[in-house]
Amino acid sequence: MNVEPNTKPVSRATPQRGHDQECWELRLYTAGQTPKSMAAFSNLKRICEEHLPGRYKIEVIDLTQNPRLAKEDQIVAIPTLVRKLPDPLRRIIGDLSDTERTLVGLQLRQRD
Amino acid sequence: MAMLTAVPTATDTPVTLPKTPTGITGLDEITLGGLPQGRPTLVCGSAGCGKTLLAMEFLIRGATEFGEPGAYITFEETEQELAQNVRSLGFDVEQLVSEKKLAFDYIHVERREIEETGDYDLEGLFLRLGLAIDSVGAKRVVLDTLEALFSGFSNMALLRSELRRLFGWLKQRGVTAVITAERGDGSLTRQGLEEYVSDCVILLDHRVKEQVSTRRVRIVKYRGTSHGTNEYPFLIDADGISVLPITSVGLKHKVSSARVSSGVARLDAMLGGQGYYRGSSILVSGTAGSGKTSLAAHFADASCKRGERCLYLSFEESPDQIARNMRTIGIDLDPYLASGLLRVEASRPGLYGMEMHLAQIHRTVGDFKPHSIVIDPISNFSNAGTNIDAESMLLRLIDFLKTSCITAMYVNLTSGGKDRETTEVGVSSIIDTWIVLRDIELGGERNRGLYIIKSRGMKHSNQIREFLITSNGIRLEDVYVGPEGVLTGSLRAAQEEREREAGVRERQELERRQRELQGRRASLEAQITALQQECKALEDEASAIVAQGAAQQRALAEQRSKAAQRRGVDRNEV
Repeated sequence: MNVEPNTKPVSRATPQRGHDQECWELRLYTAGQTPKSMAAFSNLKRICEEHLPGRYKIEVIDLTQNPRLAKEDQIVAIPTLVRKLPDPLRRIIGDLSDTERTLVGLQLRQRD
Repeated sequence: MAMLTAVPTATDTPVTLPKTPTGITGLDEITLGGLPQGRPTLVCGSAGCGKTLLAMEFLIRGATEFGEPGAYITFEETEQELAQNVRSLGFDVEQLVSEKKLAFDYIHVERREIEETGDYDLEGLFLRLGLAIDSVGAKRVVLDTLEALFSGFSNMALLRSELRRLFGWLKQRGVTAVITAERGDGSLTRQGLEEYVSDCVILLDHRVKEQVSTRRVRIVKYRGTSHGTNEYPFLIDADGISVLPITSVGLKHKVSSARVSSGVARLDAMLGGQGYYRGSSILVSGTAGSGKTSLAAHFADASCKRGERCLYLSFEESPDQIARNMRTIGIDLDPYLASGLLRVEASRPGLYGMEMHLAQIHRTVGDFKPHSIVIDPISNFSNAGTNIDAESMLLRLIDFLKTSCITAMYVNLTSGGKDRETTEVGVSSIIDTWIVLRDIELGGERNRGLYIIKSRGMKHSNQIREFLITSNGIRLEDVYVGPEGVLTGSLRAAQEEREREAGVRERQELERRQRELQGRRASLEAQITALQQECKALEDEASAIVAQGAAQQRALAEQRSKAAQRRGVDRNEV
């Protein structure tokens, strides 16, 4: 279920430094089309649309198709979301139904 | 004393459960064949007790000796670290990996990198496990250690259900799995993994008692099969893990009726004229400086003279020192050392634990295959552990050597003031021949005495011999037993001298009396001759007188007839 990344051009009058202007690269690891994976993907999409409109890429990797990547990318829990960019690398596991924690995990919000 | 009980042998119970041999020395014996095939086995123990090594050796031996490839899933160390750790044991992991006999996967779980945002599962773990198994066609799997997952994830309920699924999955895959786990307080594992792995649980333990560490292994549970239930010591050395079940479980060893010389002719004579039995155990005990090592050296020398290999385990002296000292009493061990007939292994008993010593001896014996062995001294073992440990270790050692039909001499130092007829470690009762060396203090001298307390199966002398260490080796002398009591050393020599002098005097006296008697006899004989001569003279005189008488008569008669003629009487008057 590879989803074409959303690559809307960034439209800002005054470019700023920091997270706000960078393009986010996110990778979602799943294992087949399980309800958890589906939920994770739709939750992720919703959050991105809301907080990173037009500057995010989501790559979905089905590990049942390519289990070797689980070893290479150190994946244990499914689903796992990895923020590849911006640095540093962040990992979030679960179906992303807890929006608060997802935002904290993605560092889109400060931990309370 | 747990180790003294027997391991049930494979013949005792028919093996119903298919088992996978581990290839680890001794472990297959106590599990009666290995781990349950196609099922998970839990190996638990505290940190540093050898879990990882056991798991690793299980895989490597499987791959190299049983043709069963293995997959190693590690949660704590990287593949490189693991490979390094076992390289010292002579295992080349990289080689096995390149030959597709082993597969590794290092699963790194770190909590601070992970934010949990909802429902998840551990399918990634299953995928990776499956990948590792499939990449080499693994029959054996190690998970070392699953508990790392517990620090990585916070949803315990989920984790536990995933673990349950994991063990089911492993069984379904039909792999023989070893799962390692940390020992917990009051439970076998910190996270209660024993709940999930119910087929076989092995507990490793590493105890330090009186500064000496001993590793032990116990089969806590093994469903569907009998197994050794005791704690068995094990050790980790240059060849990996060795579990030490007692070598001879029953007293079933074959005995030899052949005899071997003690190296001291007179001692052989005391031992029924032929020396020790081959394969028997000989205890030589005595106080310091009583000549134990010299007696042992004679024994070693005699063994080498027969062309038989002898192993000399020294816990007090270096090989050079032994050789030098023995040269001074006329035993030249150097040629045997050079030709390899004699091997001297010297180490300090406190250097490592009892079990290590035992295993080392096992290994050296297996390697060198000696006909006879000297252990000098056994009393030092109590320094290396407690007395009970030392005793059980020695019992096993004695059993082992007897079973191997190796004539063994155990030297025991009795400390002063103690009863001479006790050993520091109470093994005397299972010894076949027991020789005691003691010093006898008398007349301002300290001399050595030797006697045989027991010697099973042979007629042996009950006498104390004086034991002399000369430049030509050991000599045994009769002690002086007489009205003066038991005398040794110069007192004995003096007494013997006195007796010799007395003997000379007595002989002289006898000769004198003999001469006197002869003189008397001679004089009597002379008297007899004189009397006989006198008697003869008398006889002669008597016959002379008779003759004279007759002559006179004749003369008279003649004169008368002449006178008658003259007077002219007729014939009738005459």
